[in-house]
Amino acid sequence: MVTFCLRRLLVALLLILGAASGAFLLTRVAGDPVIEEPGPRTAEERQRERERLGLNRPLLSQYLSWLSDALRLDFGDSIYFSRPVGPLVRERAVNTAILALAALTLATVVGLPLGVYTATHRTGPGPALARAGSMLLLSTPPLIGSLVLVLIAVRTGWFPSGGMTSAAGLTGWRWLADVSIHLPVPALALALPLAATLERLQSQALAEVSRDTFVRATLARGVTPRHALLRHAWPASLGPVLGLYGVIIGTLFSGSFVVEAVTAWPGLGRLMVDGLRARDLYLVAGAAAAGAACLAAGTFVADVAHAVIDPRVRESR
Amino acid sequence: MPRRAVLLLVTLTFVAMAAPWLAPYDPGQTFRGYRHAPPMRPRLSLGLAVHPVVLKSLREEQFAEDFTRMVALPWSASRTDPVFLLGADKSSRDVLSRLLWGARMSLGVGLVSALLVAFIGALLGGWAAAQGGWSDDVVLRLSDVLLVLPVLYVVIVLRAVLPLVLSQAQVFWIMAGIFSLVGWPVVARGVRAIVARDREREYVLAARSLGASPGRVLWRHLLPACAGHVAVQASLLLPAFILAEATLSYVGLGFPDTVPTWGTMLREAADVNELSRFPWTLTPAAAIFLVTLSTNVVLQARPVERRRSADRVANRTAWAVGPADTIERPLRTPN
Repeated sequence: MVTFCLRRLLVALLLILGAASGAFLLTRVAGDPVIEEPGPRTAEERQRERERLGLNRPLLSQYLSWLSDALRLDFGDSIYFSRPVGPLVRERAVNTAILALAALTLATVVGLPLGVYTATHRTGPGPALARAGSMLLLSTPPLIGSLVLVLIAVRTGWFPSGGMTSAAGLTGWRWLADVSIHLPVPALALALPLAATLERLQSQALAEVSRDTFVRATLARGVTPRHALLRHAWPASLGPVLGLYGVIIGTLFSGSFVVEAVTAWPGLGRLMVDGLRARDLYLVAGAAAAGAACLAAGTFVADVAHAVIDPRVRESR
Repeated sequence: MPRRAVLLLVTLTFVAMAAPWLAPYDPGQTFRGYRHAPPMRPRLSLGLAVHPVVLKSLREEQFAEDFTRMVALPWSASRTDPVFLLGADKSSRDVLSRLLWGARMSLGVGLVSALLVAFIGALLGGWAAAQGGWSDDVVLRLSDVLLVLPVLYVVIVLRAVLPLVLSQAQVFWIMAGIFSLVGWPVVARGVRAIVARDREREYVLAARSLGASPGRVLWRHLLPACAGHVAVQASLLLPAFILAEATLSYVGLGFPDTVPTWGTMLREAADVNELSRFPWTLTPAAAIFLVTLSTNVVLQARPVERRRSADRVANRTAWAVGPADTIERPLRTPN
């Protein structure tokens, strides 16, 4: 188990390094933040600015000095925001994490029980309704969902339409209350299609497992159907669901820039897009490192959970 | 299932191509005095017609129907006043016309990418399985890596490192290229599995014993066996591509604002004020939803009759739980 975890950790570190380096190099090659910046600056001033930022150096030497700093967790200064990248990314990552956690909880609480329900009840109006609902939600990607939810929020006035807080500088409970009013719209936009996906997958996985002979054997031993379902069939069906969780956690915590853009949530995804559009290579590399870390953490957690549940996984790797 | 996929693709292609005939107006045509005009409801009187709208308040942009007059629909020969069946946008342009012309771009990018993905995926997957050895390994590892990455991020990064301002045609082909670059593993893995399974089947052995070259066996015998899978997978990717176009254009990395696509239309409607007061500007969202929904329904709903009888045999002894919905693809969220 320990070697299993260590090997996964090594792969994760390589992934983070690769993603950050790739983002840095691609952005550096793609364009120049100073030359492309609109504004009344003379060529000479721009040249001086480029020297200050180290953009006039050859690609390799700039990359290596960035890399040696980055390995000591110093990601340089953002050109666009004129602030150190580290704190900036951390701040946004916290915002994204709040949103991601809310969406994940919501999707799990709605999706998994519904999946078990539709897998065990196959006829009647209830399951049909659940299946139709998840088909509809499955076809509502976050971009569409968030636009519609913003429309509803503004029309009804139940929720604020965008942003994360209404006023700056709130602390403690007031801050919490304010954020939780702003949270439902983006969280629902993210969570609803996820809940539908989880419902479908859980339903399929459970239906497949419950045809397995071991379930029949459990029933033959006289175990009640309810117990057989919850204690034997359901855990065995969690494999594919956990696999999906790895991907979900990764994408959610690395920031969904679509929802963040529509609902003006100051998260990692928007930071990344802002950086890319401004050719802000230090910012892009930092955000990519954070995103890759989240992605790796998501897959890591899912893999470990899978290994804990299913010993076959542990042995095979 | 494959037949339905092909039918869906053909239908959508026709919708995309039909814009010049279906659209009542030019997508760029502006109508003075009709800024944010609401959708006009067709009414039945000597054929379908609408009441024209009259500006009530310029500052509030409120319109009212003029019940004393009727105006024929814009397709009829005797058209007089402009008619906006889906309303007008903030530049006083007809939303319906823009939606239809936008379908051309949005569906076009999606369809071209789906075709490219089918082609690349089938070739790479088939080649990998037929060759075996290291080429198989490379294709498999590469597709593993691509499948794990958050697709939309990769698309955004790839798009963003290219020059930001490009012409319409360049954007079209760059998008199609990027989408097929990230989409091919979905098709290739299935093709690889099918080819690897069929390689030792009788029909392949027969072809080979008649002297067919490996290339001919792959092209004429093995790949046609994958055609159904390829068609289904490529059409399942179609909504994701359309959404990716919309997302890119929405964040300003897609088509230029002058080109009507579903993405650029959503970008114009994205302002909270605009969207809450004039919700008809969100119709492209409805269009994307409908395409996604129809793809999901057409390809995931299974023929009922055949399944029931098959299940009765397979499921006779199983416990209270019914048949499994077979998993056609790993469900991926369009994040």
